[in-house]
Amino acid sequence: MPAMKENLGLPWPSVKKHTKFLDRPESLPQYKGSHFLSMNLHEYQAKELMARHGVQVPPGHPATSIDEANEAIQQLFDTGHKSVVVKSQIHAGGRGKGTFKDGFKGGVHLADCPEDANAKAEAMFGNILVTKQTGEVGKQVNRLLITSAQKIKNEYYVAVLLDRSKGRPIIMASAEGGMNIEEVAEESPEKIFKETIDPDLGLQAYQGRKIAIALGLRGKLINQCGRLLQCLYDTWAGCDASMLEVNPMALIENEDGTESVVALDAKMSIDSNAMFRHPDIKAMRDISEEDALEVEAGKHDLNYIKLEGNIACLVNGAGLAMSTMDAIKHYGGDPANFLDVGGGATQEQVKAAFEIILSDPAVKAILINIFGGIMNCNTIAQGVVAAAKETDLKLPLIVRLEGNNVEAGRKTLADSGLPLITAESMAEAAQKSVEAAK
Amino acid sequence: MSILVTPTTKFLVQGITGGFGGRHAQLSLDYGSQLVAGVTPGKGGQTFADTVPIFDSVAEAVSETGATASAVFVPPPFAADAILEGIDAGLDLVVAITEGIPVRDMLSVKKVLDASSTKLIGPNCPGIVTPGTGENSHGGCRIGIAPGYIHKKGNIGVVSRSGTLTYEAVWQITSAGKGQSTCVGIGGDPIPGMTHLDVLKMFNEDPETEGIIMIGEIGGTAEEEAAAWAKDNCSKPIAGFIAGATAPPGRRMGHAGAIVSGGKGTADAKKAAFRDAGIGVAETPSEMADTLLKMM
Repeated sequence: MPAMKENLGLPWPSVKKHTKFLDRPESLPQYKGSHFLSMNLHEYQAKELMARHGVQVPPGHPATSIDEANEAIQQLFDTGHKSVVVKSQIHAGGRGKGTFKDGFKGGVHLADCPEDANAKAEAMFGNILVTKQTGEVGKQVNRLLITSAQKIKNEYYVAVLLDRSKGRPIIMASAEGGMNIEEVAEESPEKIFKETIDPDLGLQAYQGRKIAIALGLRGKLINQCGRLLQCLYDTWAGCDASMLEVNPMALIENEDGTESVVALDAKMSIDSNAMFRHPDIKAMRDISEEDALEVEAGKHDLNYIKLEGNIACLVNGAGLAMSTMDAIKHYGGDPANFLDVGGGATQEQVKAAFEIILSDPAVKAILINIFGGIMNCNTIAQGVVAAAKETDLKLPLIVRLEGNNVEAGRKTLADSGLPLITAESMAEAAQKSVEAAK
Repeated sequence: MSILVTPTTKFLVQGITGGFGGRHAQLSLDYGSQLVAGVTPGKGGQTFADTVPIFDSVAEAVSETGATASAVFVPPPFAADAILEGIDAGLDLVVAITEGIPVRDMLSVKKVLDASSTKLIGPNCPGIVTPGTGENSHGGCRIGIAPGYIHKKGNIGVVSRSGTLTYEAVWQITSAGKGQSTCVGIGGDPIPGMTHLDVLKMFNEDPETEGIIMIGEIGGTAEEEAAAWAKDNCSKPIAGFIAGATAPPGRRMGHAGAIVSGGKGTADAKKAAFRDAGIGVAETPSEMADTLLKMM
């Protein structure tokens, strides 16, 4: 069982500068482009990475089985902790206020003795948790985090993320911890404190102190919280995170009566494009948390996102794919998915895309929209016809081709004997697919 | 005139010996563009397509050939370095085609870029085309991966975050019998070099450009910033399109991303900003050219 670094009560580690921004691997890795995708981590994984960068987190252990959970609980009580928190680990927020499918309430529980903690762990493990972010389907809890309970005196919100308009990282914090931060931003933006960060210098000590003071911390806590925020930024930068959110960061009372600031929760996602330099983080991927069809699509280099509607789309280019969905909606239909086959569209990709699309029982029509720029439209048309025949496609297939050698492509479609519906423009294709799906 | 590049602009390709880079370098040569050099460290002294000399460094290629622009086709782990090398060599323009450069690398590049006189288009973009006067716009300057033949020399400027949507707009213009001054695909990455606003300002000052199509996407506030500027400063008609009105919300686990933009960044917010600035909004992508032509 991987133990999380127990750094509460230890001296603060020195703040490391992350100067190796442009780390390069020794040899050229296999890479696949992606449209700014990011990989989500579990709370315990984020905390492990944060602890490595010096952020103070309560001692704790992840568990992937009941036995591991009981062992972790015992270990915490044996090492003098008086109470523990048993936390469901799923990729969704609102866990504390969630409800399990069998009626058991709450995905996060406090326990004062090992027996109670074991009982809570058993009630949660393997059970399906429904929160406001999971949808009605819920998510099965396959991992738990057992952590030492803290005496909380105050809660804060902190996040490190990218400010796109400035092209700089930004740290933001609010004393309204635990609250819905979007509501705070909407109703009282003055309660959110922001510091823009120079990516090559990192978060400076004075910036950390500035936020700590703004949050209302005084005395020794100013430096302590400031350092924690610096370490938080180092985690963000050192791990190529897209987003790192600590809600809450808490002011706690220690056993000896002193106070300190710690990270009680964490949500973190990593820039998928940077995974080549983080094999350790790549290994943290939990595929069971991802949509099975989306995982399958990724294997074929397809960018697929499942949606609620009944008109499937197959498009080249992310912008064109989004606007194809928009056009469907504009004419009163509902897209079943976003699917970008990238700059090219090989016969194998089209076939894989058909198989993925067809495994969604809601789909009533398929719209293919391809702008053949460099690619030859006839090659694409031949690929579509072959894939439709191979997958024995029965659904209405609306095809809109434009670009290079389009006449030959349209002829191939017309001569195929398949019940294809062709369209000249995107608008026409969208209208026809809405009609066909009725 | 045109913006950023003309048919006589000499450029080089970084990563010319790679499959993707080589293929598009050849297409630029076929289009009649002035591709004068390739750069692949360690392969200096070789030639590409029997005519284009390959150099070990950008600086060397610049001093030997007089190239002033570059296309970067280098794989993502090495692409930021390639862009920095282009800036260091004093190029006027670097066009980064590479998709998948880590955001953190681009944060460092952006700092260096902002302190230099080099302009960057991209990354993760189709590049730039200034059409030529020959058949199917042959003889123009094509730096990147856009299909050259869909263009036609004319007076409409196109700036876009999306590749295939750019081609749609260009093709609609050409099919309507009109043409383009310059088409700039600025790319869809979160940290781009040139923004909609930067390109819009250049189109506004370019005497040859008489109308502009601006294509955006959800996320960020670049379109809103461009629209706010255009409201009081742009003397030319602009038609806009925003992709992603029905896109699923981002896969973020937290809410932090939505806060910095303060409710901005949605398709509705961007369209509203366009309308407020007098920019014609195309409701479907099929109407991009028509929307502009009606305004001109």
